[in-house]
Amino acid sequence: MTPALSIQGLHKSFGQLEVLRGIDLEVAEHEVIALIGASGSGKSTLLRCINLIEPIDAGRVLIEGDEITAKGVDVDRIRRRIGIVFQAFNLFPHMSVLDNVTLAPRKVLRRSRRDAERDATALLERFGLAEKARDLPDRLSGGQQQRVAIVRALAMKPDLLLLDEVTSALDPELVAEVLDVIRELASGGMTMVIATHEMGFARDIANRVCFLDGGRILEQGPPHQIFAEPREPRTRQFLNRIIEAGRL
Amino acid sequence: MDSDGALPASTGSIPPPRVTRGPRFGLGAEGGRSLVVAAVSTVAVFGLIALVVVNAPGWPRFQESFLNAEVFWDALPKVVSKFFVNVRLFLIAEGLILVFGLLLAVLRSVPGPVFFPVRLMATIYVDVFRALPGVLVIFALGLGIPALRIEGLPSDEFLIAIVVLTLIYSAYVSEVYRAGIESIHSSQTAAARSLGLSQVQTLRFVVVPQAVRRVIPPLLNDFIGLQKDTVLVSYIGVVEIFRETQILQAANFNFTPYMATALVFLVVTIPLARFTDWLIARQRAQSIAGPSVASRRRRGLLFAGRA
Repeated sequence: MTPALSIQGLHKSFGQLEVLRGIDLEVAEHEVIALIGASGSGKSTLLRCINLIEPIDAGRVLIEGDEITAKGVDVDRIRRRIGIVFQAFNLFPHMSVLDNVTLAPRKVLRRSRRDAERDATALLERFGLAEKARDLPDRLSGGQQQRVAIVRALAMKPDLLLLDEVTSALDPELVAEVLDVIRELASGGMTMVIATHEMGFARDIANRVCFLDGGRILEQGPPHQIFAEPREPRTRQFLNRIIEAGRL
Repeated sequence: MDSDGALPASTGSIPPPRVTRGPRFGLGAEGGRSLVVAAVSTVAVFGLIALVVVNAPGWPRFQESFLNAEVFWDALPKVVSKFFVNVRLFLIAEGLILVFGLLLAVLRSVPGPVFFPVRLMATIYVDVFRALPGVLVIFALGLGIPALRIEGLPSDEFLIAIVVLTLIYSAYVSEVYRAGIESIHSSQTAAARSLGLSQVQTLRFVVVPQAVRRVIPPLLNDFIGLQKDTVLVSYIGVVEIFRETQILQAANFNFTPYMATALVFLVVTIPLARFTDWLIARQRAQSIAGPSVASRRRRGLLFAGRA
């Protein structure tokens, strides 16, 4: 079967700094991948390269077999199929929650306002946000804002969802409500690549965990193997620091 | 137990931080003593200036030729009636400037190598029109366009005046817009593009609406300038307030009509300037007070920026 996402030999530099040094990764449909690693290891950059928000320097990215890094590909069309949720939510502050969610379906998919709002309302209801539909984002708590951001991405019915440390900017008591949403998506079969510092969550939800170090995937495997008996000393070192910090 | 309820509401509560709105001439938070000092020093300074002026050797002649009451009351209604020509110029030009300036700003902000010629042209336009004194442009176009005698081009001075003011001010206004566009964080663009919106859609639905809200106060500042610069078109024969003033001055051999005109501009411009200051102060207060206050205010109000 064609993988939902295939990354081959991906390189990315910011000026002199090489952030990604050859990433190879295949993600099957309905698979949930957790990217773990220290800050600066390249997790966020990798996610941003997958939907080409960051232009890449070398390598190939394929979505369900379609190469999106090829010349002449309409990037906007590809991006519709990939949802991304950011650490800082990045909601549009000048529009209501409902408009945030319906903007892309209306303008990109050319759906009528009525249809788009009906679907958006259903999604908002599903995630307990129905009564916030008319509010501006800054009236919402961080957890609510992040859930709206997830709903906004889901409204495009993406084949693949990328989550970039979506709980890192949240107060601790708001983390759970966002993680619950992601759990629900995983049980619904959504294909996801999740960069996270929540190790417990990664262990529970991921089918496979990738440990990034210095712009490479140093080690990957099922969560019980990575967390219980990592092969690489660097992975062990990283996980020990996490345990010392009380995060696992 | 009833003592709790009997306490005055303010007891124990911290007074809300005072937000200065608009100018208070630096006297806002100070006590009565400084008010007295300010009053005394103001009277002293202005008194001294008045004393020097009134005792100047030319004062009687100055009074006669600049402050003639009879000429003033004769001139005031006449200049006011011509001021409506300026108001029309201003209102029409302002509408056009808002649109054309935004267009220029957007053209300069469209990324990508394909659009380089567009950016280049817009940049040259803005550079040229900001570099030239307005009077030169008004002369060059106001006298030059009709001299070409091209069929279909406007020869009416009023129309040319509007075109010229629009050309000049759009260059300034586009820079204000552009500053606003560039102040919108790139994460907004990233979010919009990741949803599949094109570059143009991202500008139109995400970046520009936020940018415009932010730049309303500086835009108003530019329009205060435009309001005054409408008098420049008197050079190409539009009979507006300034031209009328010159005519009255020549007819009376007296400069008092200029005073009447000055008064008209003071009455119209100062409130607009104060309103602009008030908007800026409010925007700043919002960004200090935090988003919840800002959004509460924004619900009812059109003009509100979010920092």
